[in-house]
Order: sequence, then structure tokens, then C-alpha cells
Amino acid sequence: MMKEELETTNRPDNTAFTQQRLPAWQPMLSAGIVIPGFVLIGLAFIGIGVALFITSQNITVLEKDYTGVETTSDCYKCSNPSDKNCTCKLEFSLSTLFEGPVFFYYGLSNYFQSQRSYGASKDEYQLSGDLDYFKTPISACSPYQYDANQNPIVPCGSLANSMFNDTFKLYQIVNGTKKLVPFDGKGIAWWTDYNIKYRNPSVTPLKNAFNGTVKPSFWSKPAYELDTSDPSNNGFVNQDFLVWMRRAALPDFRKLYRRITEGDYARGLPAGNYSLEIAYNYPVLSFGGRKKVVFSNVSWMGGKNQFLGIAYLVVGSLCVVMSMVMLIVYAKFKFPEDD
Amino acid sequence: SLNDVVFPSTEEERHLRANDRELNLSYKYSDNAIKTSKYNIFTFLPLNLFEQFQRLANAYFLFLLCLQSIPEVSSLPWYTTVVPLVLVLSMTMAKDGSDDMNRHRCDKQVNNRQVEVLVEGELQSEKWMDVQVGDIVKLENNQFVTADLLLLSSSEPLNLVYIETAELDGETNLKVKQALTVTGKLEDSVEKLANFNGEVRCEPPNNRLDKFTGTLTLKGETYSLDNERILLRGCTLRNTQWCFGLVIFGGPDTKLMQNCGRTTFKRTSIDRLMNVLVLSIFGFLMIMCLILAIGNGIWEYQEGSKFAAFLPKGVNAPFSAFLTFWSYVIILNTVVPISLYVSVEIIRLGNSFYINWDRKMYYPKNDTPAEARTTTLNEELGQIKYIFSDKTGTLTQNVMTFNKCSINGKAYGELLDFSGQRVEINEVREKVDFSWNNLADPKFCFHDNSLVEVVREGNPEVQAFFRLLSLCHTVMPEEKKEGELYYQAQSPDEGALVTAARNFGFVFRSRTPESITVVEMGELVTYELLAVLDFNNVRKRMSVIVRSPEGKLTLYCKGADTIIFERLNPSCSNLTEVTTLHLNEFAGEGLRTLALAYKDIDPEYMEDWKLRHHVANTAMDEREEKLDALYEEIEKGLLLLGSTAVEDKLQDGVPQTIEQLSKADIKIWVLTGDKQETAENIGYSCNMLREEMNEVFIVSANTSEEVRKELQTARRKMTPDGTEEPTVKKSRSGLFCLQKTETVADEPVNGEYAMVINGHSLAFALEKDMEIELLRTACMCQTVICCRVTPLQKAQVVELVKKYKQAVTLAIGDGANDVSMIKAAHIGVGISGQEGMQAVLSSDYSFAQFRYLQRLLLVHGRWSYLRMCKFLRYFFYKNFTFTFVHFWYGFFCGFSAQTVFDEWFITLFNLVYTALPVLSLSLFDQDVNDWWSFQYPQLYTPGQLNQYFSKRAFVYTVLHSGYSSLVLFFIPWAAMYDTVRDDGKEIVDYQSFALLAQTCLLIAVSIQLGLDTHYWTAMNQFFLWGSLSVYFAVIFTMYSNGMFLTLTSSFPFIGTARNSLNQPNVWLTMLLTSVLCVLPVVAYRFLRILLWPTINDKVRGRGSTHLSLDKVLPPTPRRVQARRTSTRRSGYAFSHAQGYGDLVTSGKFLRRTPKSRTTPSLNSAFIARHRIKNENTVI
Repeated sequence: MMKEELETTNRPDNTAFTQQRLPAWQPMLSAGIVIPGFVLIGLAFIGIGVALFITSQNITVLEKDYTGVETTSDCYKCSNPSDKNCTCKLEFSLSTLFEGPVFFYYGLSNYFQSQRSYGASKDEYQLSGDLDYFKTPISACSPYQYDANQNPIVPCGSLANSMFNDTFKLYQIVNGTKKLVPFDGKGIAWWTDYNIKYRNPSVTPLKNAFNGTVKPSFWSKPAYELDTSDPSNNGFVNQDFLVWMRRAALPDFRKLYRRITEGDYARGLPAGNYSLEIAYNYPVLSFGGRKKVVFSNVSWMGGKNQFLGIAYLVVGSLCVVMSMVMLIVYAKFKFPEDD
Repeated sequence: SLNDVVFPSTEEERHLRANDRELNLSYKYSDNAIKTSKYNIFTFLPLNLFEQFQRLANAYFLFLLCLQSIPEVSSLPWYTTVVPLVLVLSMTMAKDGSDDMNRHRCDKQVNNRQVEVLVEGELQSEKWMDVQVGDIVKLENNQFVTADLLLLSSSEPLNLVYIETAELDGETNLKVKQALTVTGKLEDSVEKLANFNGEVRCEPPNNRLDKFTGTLTLKGETYSLDNERILLRGCTLRNTQWCFGLVIFGGPDTKLMQNCGRTTFKRTSIDRLMNVLVLSIFGFLMIMCLILAIGNGIWEYQEGSKFAAFLPKGVNAPFSAFLTFWSYVIILNTVVPISLYVSVEIIRLGNSFYINWDRKMYYPKNDTPAEARTTTLNEELGQIKYIFSDKTGTLTQNVMTFNKCSINGKAYGELLDFSGQRVEINEVREKVDFSWNNLADPKFCFHDNSLVEVVREGNPEVQAFFRLLSLCHTVMPEEKKEGELYYQAQSPDEGALVTAARNFGFVFRSRTPESITVVEMGELVTYELLAVLDFNNVRKRMSVIVRSPEGKLTLYCKGADTIIFERLNPSCSNLTEVTTLHLNEFAGEGLRTLALAYKDIDPEYMEDWKLRHHVANTAMDEREEKLDALYEEIEKGLLLLGSTAVEDKLQDGVPQTIEQLSKADIKIWVLTGDKQETAENIGYSCNMLREEMNEVFIVSANTSEEVRKELQTARRKMTPDGTEEPTVKKSRSGLFCLQKTETVADEPVNGEYAMVINGHSLAFALEKDMEIELLRTACMCQTVICCRVTPLQKAQVVELVKKYKQAVTLAIGDGANDVSMIKAAHIGVGISGQEGMQAVLSSDYSFAQFRYLQRLLLVHGRWSYLRMCKFLRYFFYKNFTFTFVHFWYGFFCGFSAQTVFDEWFITLFNLVYTALPVLSLSLFDQDVNDWWSFQYPQLYTPGQLNQYFSKRAFVYTVLHSGYSSLVLFFIPWAAMYDTVRDDGKEIVDYQSFALLAQTCLLIAVSIQLGLDTHYWTAMNQFFLWGSLSVYFAVIFTMYSNGMFLTLTSSFPFIGTARNSLNQPNVWLTMLLTSVLCVLPVVAYRFLRILLWPTINDKVRGRGSTHLSLDKVLPPTPRRVQARRTSTRRSGYAFSHAQGYGDLVTSGKFLRRTPKSRTTPSLNSAFIARHRIKNENTVI
């Protein structure tokens, strides 16, 4: 009776939560889990490593520097920045078939696209075709916001202004004659960049949208003339432009220039001699940069990268070794605490 | 007249006139409205914001925000700081707001209480807040006192009122206040009161509760006023029908409100450590920024200037470096994110709620749950090294029970089973049936039937024994109804003894100054009381001389065994021996013993003695000495009857708790106002003092030099080859290392020692030149008991340990005299639901029973500490890793303060992606459950040694994050170097790389969290997996076409998730980084557990092998106290004070006729004047 009469209004609730008795899984780092775990992870990693390594080994890469630093290089003559419209040649030969599809990249070194102010120096609204921003580009584009006459620059900003403008033509030397290798420059940008992120203003002809604006000072032609042959590859949706605008994360980078997928070269570049004609416009020597061209094919894991495969092999082996060490230690110290 | 009106700027003297509102209002004294709230509706926003920005962290983030608004510097958009800042500010604001609402509500409730006020010759009911200084108010029984009042008149004779001051000072006993006779004449005549125009001049408002000075001027006469005349706000009127009072101080001026100063804000040691760490992190941050800024300068000089063709710069290299420095300050601020502070508060709050919710700390008897009154100290509960405990009401119940006795050489009170073994006495044992005695106290309980049998058989010694108990005392009886006796005993010991006699058939019924009436085995007998030979601390005994109805004169004496035995008739020597054995046994159990003896007196001698007594009693000089000599003379040749053993009832589970806590390496010091004997007894009964100890040092010297000598002797005995000079480690601590600290090292001792020191010696020992000596000696002892200490000394002892041990202290107590030590200690715990509220009000945690302390510390404290440390380690790990990745990227972006992650990720990382998982870790994690925590109290020690989070642990964390960040940056870097998608397109662009790096980071820190989690509840799973899913959902949403088209500039990452997360090498990179981050930790931990297992690892291992043990195992058997015999000390203890003998014989309190009123006020006067709580006698 007494017990029931006791007031218990303040008695806390008896729930697993309030009493901190929530059911729980309490895993332990026990030998039965850790050691087999290490072995399994190790073996799996070694497996992945081998696959990656072999895949990477099977990728062919041909890389040629054409900066023209060495006097022996044909491009040495073009390395003087005052020399305009210089072309040089790069010759190479393939002893076996360079399996296709072959991708043709240009590469730049010591080039800081990752610089913050460089990366920020563009106008997303302008590039998505907003005409208001054609007249007044955002201030982040400065000093490539307006030219000396206060005309707005379109596309504004350092990033666009510094667009790579070397051009390449590849010839196969067949019996002494040059046979042009056809390039495909359409499918080189991200689908989202091409279809959504970058838009030309809906003005026809495109040129009219650019009235009252000036082209970036480094450009030889305005944006609406980037590819006059194909309206869907012109202006802001020009794929070379898109590729350039997707700025690189690291100071050494390569960017896709063309794909070689057509005609006689659909299977790849056959063995033989090739000559690459380069319109050498882009100055890099002033800041110690390098330019190169790269021919490469790809695999399921992308371009050639030995690192990942080797890393997996190393980590996998370490795991296995570690599991051995742990096993030995475990065997020695298994029952240390009987106290 | 208004001519003499002055407007004092700072009040120097208060002047007021009764019933003259005009004059009183002219002084602009505060009225009786109180306001404890801080804000009103208009001031809330600005004031609160102002307060919040005074916090360093918030101000820092405001500063960051300002930095971000400078375009040249801004490396992150404004929202990365604004979103968290606004969230934090609004959360704090909501909390402050609701707190203030509560205060408003409280204020309103108090201000709207009704009281009768005399207005224009009429009594009107008014609200408290409308009462003005100078008003006359009428209080009725059990009403709260409205304001600080001058008592004018009361319903009681002699203008007395009885008040309870529990809310003010925590003492529940009633106090008496008396009005001046001149005002007392006003009685309750409204007319007279309305014409009363006395003028009061008194001290200005102040916070001294025990002092009041002023004068009352009435009709040209001036009367002095003191504290006796003042009723303070916060008291309650008791046993008084009505009284009138003149308002002297109102509202904020009242002594109660003046005492509500801001309590000192306690911080935990983790808080202090965190401040130091945060400061060093800032230093570290500055160094990182400096390195990067210098890097930027160099880069600008070497590369940037030449790269100018593509990236023109308006500034030169040094200025660019300067700007970069600030840009990096913005980016790298995530080392100390604002969410750290919020999370810490949330975790503490959550863990405080667990304490409030704990049913195992709920005391059903008075419906009191535990309460965390401070929500910011939880983790410190896991680091306690010293506990300072009060005795009465904390360790003991302040209840005495008559447990055992030895009568004529036979011990009673034990329960033996068939084989003669002692049986533990507990609630389930059958009690002795006292129904034959209709005056028996039903609450009395005794288990040994043989004693009742002998007393009912009429054994003369046993009857004499109980007759003595029923006659020799100073108890006041109270009989509200026929047969319903209630004893007012000055000390609970006496109460227990007289109650025992009552139940065994010798019922003390009533007393007059000249007689004592006892019902002896149903028969009413009135003894003539000839003399009371009062108790004092030197005599250690008291006697009464009575004449029985038959005319026989007998002296009954009870007192300390040592004293009584000296005065026995030699014929008792055999009995003395046996009784001594019993006494030793009782003492060994920590019982308080008294020896009883009697002697028949020759009537002629008595006549002579009485005459001499009268002469001595009326002597002008040396009265005490003369009386003592007389007493000495008559208390001789006594005949021993036996001895009593009273148990000072411990609270439930006290010895077990103390044992558990000392196993957890917590030192417990008892600080009590009680006498040395009482304190020692309790020391023995709760196992703090043990017979097996090598020595118990008693320090009770009277001069400084003697105290020093005793301390040194004790110390040298404990460490014969120890150094004379203390090992003092000097160091600096605190922010900027400004505080000098001295730490006295612990010294190893062989054997077990204990120290008992009394307040008098303590006063010397706490002097500056001796405090280290005291501390050294005391810290070598297993147990320290300080007795007869004042509240101030309690605080001083705590401060001493705090100062020289740099250890975390906890003080636990229940009374007002414990407040100072509760406030002084790092953690103050109040025992709630017993005496007043003062201790509880100033405490940080409160609960009803001492034994809950072990759950508070060993379970809640340990978990809170563990969780907080885990949280901090993980949080710093996560944020350092996050930040270091930016640092490494600096080398690849020309030190341009380019973030490596998406800005939205930076905004949401701490706030959304990782907030809940880490919170669930720090709210739910348990390394072992509470059952194992109790099984192995040693699990508590890592907290005391700061093992889970210290500067060292922090450095490890930083190194760990350094490693992780290297992995998290350079593995993606190497894996993505010069590679492309499987369709030949771009994958190493900035956006894809950012996505890869941030995803790797998030996965790695999530797995690390999983590794740190020992206790996976459904919540943990849900939050961890939920947060990862939210992350992926958010990136796909943010990088979607729709988001880009609606807010083009804010979501430039369009398509990155789609283009990058369908690549196998991206996922393989994530897998590699995760494994590389996590596996070394797994291997390290696994090997550490094997090679250097900690106690936690062992217990966890054991726990996992018997997972369901707590269900299978029976509860740990209660330790049966071993039977021990004390060989070297007396169990005598009697908490009695001098002066009661005179009281009961003077008749001062017995003159009232019972019919005039119900007796309570009579008795409460008796108590209020003279009952002194068992302790607190020394102030």
C-alpha cells in the first residue's frame, strides 16, 4: 500500500534511449576479424593492382615536346615570340599499328590554370548567353573586362583570353606524299558543357549579339568566328573553347585536341612515318612552360597511369605482410592477461 | 515634511517613515518588484547579439566575414561563413530567449503574489510588486515574507514569530524573531497600525544576512534595531497566526536578491585545455598562412610575373603575399570551425539530460530524480581525483538507531542463525513485536527477541538499564493526543536511547522542572528530579539524581566508557571486563557507545550535597569549577549497568560507494563540523578508517608549532626515507601561459595511514607557511577526516588541493555550511530532498542519495569524458585533415588560396555532412556498459590522468591528420596525373579533381568515425549512412542542370558529378585513399591492444566474450561487514551540547498552560532556540 501511495511523478521514463540501453553492435578489433581482413584486402588489392597494371601497360602513349627549346628541334625557329605565324614540323614514325581510337592531346607544363584569380576570371552568365553581361561583364574578369576604350570584352576574363591557339595537322607520309589524317574535333568536350553550361545568345546571326563588344585581346578572331563552318561549333559552344575553359586542376595538364576515328584511321594509326604540322602561336617559354603533343588510346580505366596499378600492388602486398606480422604478434601475445 | 528630502546618488543611509508613501516615494527606493530577466522584447536582439559577439569565437568569425567582403582577399564566398554563423547565433539566441522567457514567467509569478497591505487605514490585498518601502503588510501563517520587514507585532506572546529560513541559508529549524515591545502593542489593530508613524533610519541595502543595524524613532524616542527584529524576504512564517511588518527593503534591495550575485562561472579542464589548444592552433594557422604567403611571394616573383601574359597582376609580389596571407586565413579557418563550440555545448547538454533521465539515480522515497543543474561540466565528472564530503546528511542520514546493548555482561542485538553465525540485519529480517506495549513507537525496530523476553520477565538489571535511559536525559516530551508521544530531543542520540527505553516498556511520559513521569511496564511512576548533572565535552557524561516514589535516592549516569570506568565501584571489575569486550566489538562496527552506571545515594549525604550544590550554583566566582568538583565527588563508586550502542545510520550503500570510489583511485576527504569522536566513528563505519591501518594520526594541537610538529612526525613515519623538501613542479598554464602553477608531487607511502585533524589545528595548518606541509601529509594518507571545521575552512581545504595538486575536485554536501566548498570545488554536488535547498541551489549536480555519486562518476562521468575526448580528437582530426589538404594544394595552384574543394562542400562539411555522425558518436558511445563500469572501477583512472585528450593526444591527432591529408591529396593527384576519362575526355579539370578530393575526404573521415565508434546503435548507423547518402544526394542536386539554370554563378559545378563518378578509376582512387587512411590505424590499434592492452581493452575483451553476462550473472552480493573488534579506541560519541540540564530544570519553557494553544509553538521555541543541528556547532 505504502509503495503505491508514493508520488512518482518525477520518475524518469524507462526507455532504452533515456536509460542509455539502446541495443547496439559492439565490434571489436579481434584477431579473427583483423587478420583475415588484412589478408583479404591484400589479396583483393593485389588482384586489382595486377589488372590495373596490365591495362595501363597495354595503353600506348606517344608524347612529343615541341616547345622548341632544343636547337635541334624544328620548332626552335618559332620559339622567338616576336615571330608571328610561324609553323614548324614534328616528324615521327610508328613501327606498329597505334591502336585506335587514338586521341590527340596538347599538353602544357608549368601552366597555372589552377591559380585562383585566373580561374575566377570569367563570367558564367556571359558564357551562358546572357546578353546583359555582354554589355557589363562582371568585375572578376578584370583586367579583361573592358578594353582601353571601355568596350566590353566578350568572352571576358583571363581564362578565355589565354585560350590555346596552336593548331595542328597530322600527315602520314605514304610513299613520300603527305596524306592528311582526318581529325574529329566535335566530341571532345563534356556533354553538359556543350549542351547546358555554355550557350550562345539566341540571336541570329550570332555576330549581331556581339555588337558593341570586342574580342579578347589575345584572340586573332572574335568568338563568333571560331568555327564559321559549323554554327553548332561556333561562339561559346566551340568545343576547343569548351575544352580550354574547363580549367585544369594541376599545373601540368593535357587537353583533348582531336580524336582520330575516321576513314582509314578508324582502327588506329598504321605503322609508318608521320609529320605533324604545327602552327606555333602560343607563347610559353616566357614563364618556363612547355608544350607537347600526345597521342594516346584509352582503356576502361581511362588514360595511361601506372601509378594506380603500382599503388594497389604495393598496398596489397603491405596488407599481406602486415597480416603476417600481426599473426606472429598475436601468436606470441595471445594470452597475456589472465589477471 | 518634504523639506528634508535628499536624493542620495549612492545610498548611505536608508530613511523611511511608516504609512507615509509621499515621503518614502521621494527617496526613489526600489519597490518590491523584482526583475531577474535580462531582456525585453526590444532590447533582446541588439543586447543578445552584442553579448554573443563578445565571445571570442563569434567575434573571430565576424572578423572572417569582414575579410571575406574584401574582394582582393576573399578566397571563399561569404556564405561559407555566414551560414554557420547565423545558425550558431540563432541557436544561442533561441536558447537565451527561452531562458529569459522562463525568468520573465518566474518574475511575473512572484511579483503577482498577493499580500495584505495597509492602505489608507484599510487592509487591502495587493500584488507583491506594488508594495512600497514604508508600507505595513500583514503576513499569515505559512506565507512567504514579502520583503525585508521590520517586525511590528505578532499573534504570539512576547511578540515572537517563528520563521523558517530554508530558502535563505538552508537550515530547516525554526528561528525566532521578536518585535520591539513598543511596536508589539500595536497588535492587530488596524487603527493603531494606520496611525503608526515611526521613522526608521538604517543601513543601505547589502547582502549580509546575519546583520542589521538601524534605529526606529517613535514619538521622540529612539529604539535600536538589530537582526532580531527583521524578517527577510525568502523566509516563511511558521507557527504564527499573523504578524505585521514594516517594509524596509523591497525587491532588488532585499538581502535575498542582494545575495543572488552572479555565481562564478565554472569551466572544465577540457575547456581550459581547449582554449590553450585553440590558441596554439591559431598560432599554427598563422604559420601555415605565413608559409603559404611566402610561397606566394616567391611564386609571384619567379613565375607569376612571367605568367603575367595570361594573368596580369596589379600588385607586386610582397603585396600579393600579404593579400594571400589573409586569403589563406579565410580558407584555413576550418581548423577551428565555429561548429566545434556548438557541438561541444550540444554534447554536454545531451549528457546532462542522461543524468536527469537516469532511473538508477532517482530516489523514489521522496520522488527526487538526479538533476544536472549545470550543463557545461559533464566531462569533468570523469576526471575527479578528490572528493570532499560532508558527513551529516550526506554520508549519514542524521538518524540514530538503538542497535545493540550490553547489559550486565550480556550483549543483545545480534541475530544468530542455527549454527551460531552472525546474520546480516536488513529490512527483510523479522522485527521484534512491541504490540504488548501500547505506548511503543511503531517506527522503532529491533531484531533481537531475547532482550524483550528478559525485560518482560522482569530481570532487574535490564529493567534498571532501561529505567536509566528513561530518566537520564534532557528530552522534551510532547503528547498531542493521549498515547501519541513525540520526543523533542536535542541530539538524535538521546532521542534514540529514550525511544528504545520507551519501546522496552520504560516510557518517558512527561516532565516538569521537578519531576519526571515514566510508565514502567504499564505502571505510571513519577520520580522527583533532584539534580541534573549536565553534560559537557570535558565531563563526557551526564547524570540525574532522582527520588523514586518509595523514597529511594538514585544517581543515574551515562557517558564515555573511559570516563565511567574510572568512576566505578571496584566490585564491578569482572563486569567491566566483559563490557569492555562488548564495547570493543561495538566500536569495531563503528557504533557510538555510551556506558551506563548508577548508584544509590544516602539521603543524609544527599541533603548535605544539595546544600553545597545550591551554594556553588549561586557562587559569584569560579562557579563552574565548584560545580565540577561537586559533580566529581558524587559521581563516584558507580555500579556498571552496561552499555548502549547507537548506530549513526549511514545512508544506503555508503561503504560500498566509498569502496568503489577508492578503487577508482579517488581520494575521499570528509570535512565535517561534527566532533572528532563522531567523525571517527563514521570513518570506521563506512570503512574509511580501518583497524588494519598502520596508523591513524590524530592532529589536534593548540599551537602552530605543535601542529607543524605533529604533521611532520606523521609524514616522517609514513616515509622514513622521504625527502624533507616537497617536490614542487613549477609550470605555467592557462591562455598565454600567464598563470604560474605549482604542483606538489604525490609521494609513495608504504602501508595505509589515515589522518584526523580538527578545525582548531586546521586553522594553523592552513596558514601560508604550513599549507604545503598539511597537503603533503594529508595526501599520503588514504583517508583524511577534518572535524569541527567551519564552512570557510571547508572551502580553504578544497582550494588548497586545487592549488597544489592541479587535480579535479568534487565537493558534496547537503547543508548551508557546505555551500562554500560546493562553490569552491570544480564540481559541486548537492544532496537534494533533505535539508534546505541552499546546497542544492549552489550545486552543479544534485541527487538524493550519496550512493548515486558512484553512478554519476563511474558511469555518467566516465562516459561523458570518454565521449567528449573522442569527439574532440575526432573533430580535430577531421578538420585538420580537411584543412591540410588545402595546404598541400597551395603548392599546385601558385599559392593563390584556391580552395581544393567545392565552396558548397566547405560550407556544408561541418554543418551537414559530418555533424550528425559525430554527434551520435558523442551522445551514444560507450566503451563498456554501466555494469562493467561498476565491476572495474579502475576504468575510471584514465580520466584522472587526462589520458584521452591532452596536448600529447592532440599532437598525435595532428600528425595523424597530416598523414591522412597527404594520402588524401597526393593519391588523387598521382592517380589522376595526366589521365583522362575512358572516352578520352577531361577528368583532371579543377572541378572533377575537387569532387574527387572531397569525396575521398568525406569517405575517409566517415570510416575513421566508424573505427572510433565502439557502440553502434541504430542512430549511429542511420546518421553515418544517412550523412553519406545526403552528401551524394546533395552533390547530384547541386551539380544538376536545374540548379545551374536557376542560380548560374552559385552552382558552376554543373555536370561534374555525372561526368566524374561514372569513371572506374575515380572509384578505385577513393577505395585506395580510404584503405590507406584507415588500415594503418586498424593495424596500430590491433597491435596496441595485443602488446600494451589498457584496462579498457581488457574489460572490453572480457565483455565481448560474455556478451550477455549482465543478464546471466546475479547481482553482486552485498558485502557483509566483517566482524571486527576494536582494540585501541573507544567508540564513545555523543553529539550533545551543554546547557540543556539547566533548561529542563529551569521551567522556562514549561510555564504555558497547555490549553492556551496547541503545543507546537512551545516546542518549536525550544527547538528554535536550542536545537542545533548536529554539526554546525562551531562557526
